[in-house]
Amino acid sequence: MISEEDIDLLLNDVAELYGYDFTLYSKASLTRRLNRLYALDFFPSFAEFRYKVRNDKDYLQRFIEEITVNVTEMFRDPTFYQTLRTEILPMLATNPYIKIWHAGCSTGEEVFSMSILLKELNLLHKSLIYATDINPKVLEKMASGIFPLSSIKQYSENYIASGGTKDFSSYYTAKYDKAIFDSELIKKIVHSTHNLVSDGSFNEFNLILCRNVLIYFDKPLQDRVFTLFDASLAKLGYLCLGTKETLNFSAINVNYQQHKKDKIWRKIK
Amino acid sequence: MEKDKINFSCKALIIGGSAGSLEIILNTLPKIRSSLSFPIIFVLHRKNSADSVLLELLAHKTSMPVKEIEDKLAIEKGTIYLAPPDYHVLIEKENFFSLDVSEKINYSRPSIDVTFDSASKVYNNNLACILLSGASADGVQGLKEVKNKGGLVVVQEPSTAEFPFMPQQAIEENLADHILHPNELISFINSL
Repeated sequence: MISEEDIDLLLNDVAELYGYDFTLYSKASLTRRLNRLYALDFFPSFAEFRYKVRNDKDYLQRFIEEITVNVTEMFRDPTFYQTLRTEILPMLATNPYIKIWHAGCSTGEEVFSMSILLKELNLLHKSLIYATDINPKVLEKMASGIFPLSSIKQYSENYIASGGTKDFSSYYTAKYDKAIFDSELIKKIVHSTHNLVSDGSFNEFNLILCRNVLIYFDKPLQDRVFTLFDASLAKLGYLCLGTKETLNFSAINVNYQQHKKDKIWRKIK
Repeated sequence: MEKDKINFSCKALIIGGSAGSLEIILNTLPKIRSSLSFPIIFVLHRKNSADSVLLELLAHKTSMPVKEIEDKLAIEKGTIYLAPPDYHVLIEKENFFSLDVSEKINYSRPSIDVTFDSASKVYNNNLACILLSGASADGVQGLKEVKNKGGLVVVQEPSTAEFPFMPQQAIEENLADHILHPNELISFINSL
């Protein structure tokens, strides 16, 4: 077990030496992740853990990969995707061009879900999806378009539950234990590292998705990120959050209208 | 080993349950006094579905407010909280919840271990935990942390459990301060 003081030391090191600031992350979850990594890599003492982080640049990559959470699935929360399909994307379809930002996209399962939706609604040709994450490793994975075949059964069920009517297997080729997704789905995805803690707005979007990312941030950091999203969202654009996240207590809430009871807010001012 | 309940001041009660626990909870809830000076937090293994049937079931059994846990929700006494499907529930020092969708623990999300462990760090010896019927070993690791911090541990009498494995594991690890029948749970909770 790493003590609270030691965690503060370590986070300050990482912020000072590498510019990754985790000090405004939710403490309970971050503490769990740090203890998990500490045990996973068999450090005999905190001092050795700290030394490794401070002095081994390659280890920093692993550190970021392991303390951020990269659990995701295609068409996660099928009812959310159903709403996107039947209500939100048809509204955005009137725009000449649809710009979408997946903030904190991890390995891209939700990004590919979006590509599939856009393709089925015949909107993919006039859409551009920006997929960003703090961690370059997960973006590489996404760009390959290759996902483990073992997850496909679940994804396929989610797809059907979300109102998908095509044969899900038409979107990928199975090879050994991998599912290689159709390159057409990747074409409109642009990926880049972006740190929600420290990086600014880089474009204006019609749709921003940031699902199950803000739960790892404390309230001041959440507010900062909401301001960033507000500055990056076109008027009448939509912001989508995770099923247990909310915009209701934020300063920007007055400019937004919630779409029914969904975790989708429209920028009205 | 057994902790004396008289000197115990409860700041939170967490009830973990898996297969076979729901009926006990539904029978117990109506008889709990509504003037509790602490929150009750339920972490139950449940199917990942968007509907709120379980929440409504619990709400029908008590006059206390029943809430499904959302990110950064403040924790209030006299309130019943339910872990949402597909999220781990953690407790922050400032007395609010935070959620986490990291890897399943014991094939479970929410995992009882995660919440027991996290709560033990915040409430220390003011935490009471109850582990009910279940077929997995989830909760046992968490109870070790609770004991380390001086918390109070109650386990369902395995012979009364539809699935005795979970409470049995806790007893074998010598973690239980009290081993109770389901109908003893009511007076236990009301006396906290």
